Amino acid sequence: MGVELPTTEFSDIPDELAMELEAHAHDGAEGHGAMVQLLDEDGRFRRDSKLAESIKGLSEDSLQGMYRQMAMIRRFDTEATALQRQGQLALWVPLRGQEAAQIGSGAATQAQDYVFPTYREHGVALTRGVDLAELLRLFRGLSNGGWDPRATGFHLYTLVLAAQTPHAVGYAMGMQRDQARAAARGEEAGDPGAVVAYFGDGASSEGDVHESMVFAASFKAPVVFFCQNNQWAISVPAEVQSRIPLFNRAKGYGFPGVRVDGNDVLAVYAVTQWALERARAGKGPVLIEAYTYRQGAHTTADDPTKYRLSDEEQSWLAKDPLARFEKHLRAEGIADEAFFEQVAADGDALATKARADILEFTAPVLADAFANVYAEPHPLVEQELAWHRDYEAGFADAAAEATREGGR
Amino acid sequence: MPTMTIAKAINAGLRAALEQDESVLLMGEDIGTLGGVYRVTEGLKSDFGPDRVVDSPLAESGIIGTSIGLSLRGYRPVAEIQFDGFVFPGFNQITTQLAKMHARSNGQLTVPVTIRIPYGGGIGSVEHHSESPEALFAHTAGLRIVTPSNAHDAYWMTQQAIACADPVIVFEPKRRYWLKGEVDTEDPGASADPFRAHVVREGTDATVVAWGPLVPVALAAAEASAEDGRSVEVIDLRSISPIDFDAIIASVTKTGRLIVAHEAPTFGGMGGEIASRVGEAAFLSLEAPVIRVGGFHMPYPVAKVEEHYLPDIDRILEALDRAFAY
Repeated sequence: MGVELPTTEFSDIPDELAMELEAHAHDGAEGHGAMVQLLDEDGRFRRDSKLAESIKGLSEDSLQGMYRQMAMIRRFDTEATALQRQGQLALWVPLRGQEAAQIGSGAATQAQDYVFPTYREHGVALTRGVDLAELLRLFRGLSNGGWDPRATGFHLYTLVLAAQTPHAVGYAMGMQRDQARAAARGEEAGDPGAVVAYFGDGASSEGDVHESMVFAASFKAPVVFFCQNNQWAISVPAEVQSRIPLFNRAKGYGFPGVRVDGNDVLAVYAVTQWALERARAGKGPVLIEAYTYRQGAHTTADDPTKYRLSDEEQSWLAKDPLARFEKHLRAEGIADEAFFEQVAADGDALATKARADILEFTAPVLADAFANVYAEPHPLVEQELAWHRDYEAGFADAAAEATREGGR
Repeated sequence: MPTMTIAKAINAGLRAALEQDESVLLMGEDIGTLGGVYRVTEGLKSDFGPDRVVDSPLAESGIIGTSIGLSLRGYRPVAEIQFDGFVFPGFNQITTQLAKMHARSNGQLTVPVTIRIPYGGGIGSVEHHSESPEALFAHTAGLRIVTPSNAHDAYWMTQQAIACADPVIVFEPKRRYWLKGEVDTEDPGASADPFRAHVVREGTDATVVAWGPLVPVALAAAEASAEDGRSVEVIDLRSISPIDFDAIIASVTKTGRLIVAHEAPTFGGMGGEIASRVGEAAFLSLEAPVIRVGGFHMPYPVAKVEEHYLPDIDRILEALDRAFAY
């Protein structure tokens, strides 16, 4: 969504991927292990890759669109971090460094798909058409969402780690049933959909991820598990979460696992598109491990200089996803200087809008929170709301009285 | 009017819900081919198929979590937790996700998930098979909790829970699964509102509130009390969230004395909530403090001594004696 992208089918991919993974098992020394990559660190396109075919159909507009979204969300993220520092947001969860993983995977989803994010998927939200101002409202403490999950196919953020992963599988099981029921009635079911469940390397240790994968495998649910391994669960490194590469865990559940260079937007797009097509075709789940790096803090509440070395940060900055894609677009003549200047100007405008939006926000009133505790009337809630209204009204009377007395 | 056991009535209620609404499906361990360890779901898989009566992996968080996802897609899942003490691996999904989804989405999303939990002691089983954790869930806003004490209610509450737009936990009194009663499958009668308490025995001198497995015990205590010339009213609470305080206060205003009896430990239990509310609303009607009868502040004991732990007729009579002594 957001960017017009053609879909490519490559049905016999397990073999292809196996070859691909073997071909890229070269940099294990760095701890990367086998990893699908289409753009090397200098932005050169790896035409030798089996997956290269799958993105040949992308138009220049589509490629520019992906860059644009990566740049816009980075600029927005920078602004939101600044807004938190200025006391305008209670908290911000920076995504800097993970733009390729998020825009690449989000761009591979289609309108009928559904996404279950964790709490850092601002880039995916952009690809699904979520109003970014709602993210600011959430982190300012004005709402817990604000966008319509059904209209955007982008669920609410989930702060309890991994809790959304079984929801994703259940939702995918529902999609399966919708197709089967429509077929049984002889009706047109519409294009089959699939679900993407986002989670991080830290969340991969949670039991819910395990249970989700068991359910997904057992019922062959159309779900893609998309793990953004950004190397750090706040201050705890990925090695403490898993002693084997995370994508290898899929093997134990009986479905494919793929490690993709999470700083390579084209590889992420290609691999996610393949996994989604496979899921939509009824072939079951896939685990994608996007191997990436959180360049900043986990949230604005922590300080990464306390737990990691600047050498490590520097080595990952050299793999920056945005710079890499920019090099590619320039080298291939897909985008010129004017394009990049325009994107930068549009990013600044987005940031200015974010700052202005915050000033426009109004706080909800607690009385409204009583309305949605239950979907059907509940006497306790009604009773407490009535009490609360009376109590608040007492202050209003006192204030009015004080005004009258002051006027005399 | 047919007579059936509570287990059979729940089975019939599930069957009716599956027949009436194509979006209803059952999920749980052993509920399909085996028909449930208590045979509550017997015959449903063969009649409705494995996609509607799903033998799930053995994973409570997964059962609740996938049920939430299915409900977000428009389905009405009925999740079975095999025993009370095994709900805790799913506790996170129930309390942090299921209970809050509607509120978190500002009312945009509903999660009509029903969770069936066989609960309570008295079946001579091993640990984690006899607990009464209703207060732990009642404390969480967003959940509704009901518990039937007879076959007619079991039949209707099962369907009402499934039809409700909110998540509902049905605590099924497992030691009463074989209790028989008449079920009017045509007309719910007074059971049309699952969240209203029923006065199941009228009296003038004291009120005993009980629910689920303790309702027959409370009735028997009231019978015994009549021999002492005391007229004891018995209320079957039926719904633990919301609680029908109006029914309790109306009764206490008439009788002046209140005993609350439940199997769960009294400390932090629902009895304290009821006592406190009655104290606030009907203080001047009370002839005695509200007295709680319940379990002790200990893990549910081993089966060979559970009869000394579970409130019985004598414990309720002793509480009545204390209330009348004021």
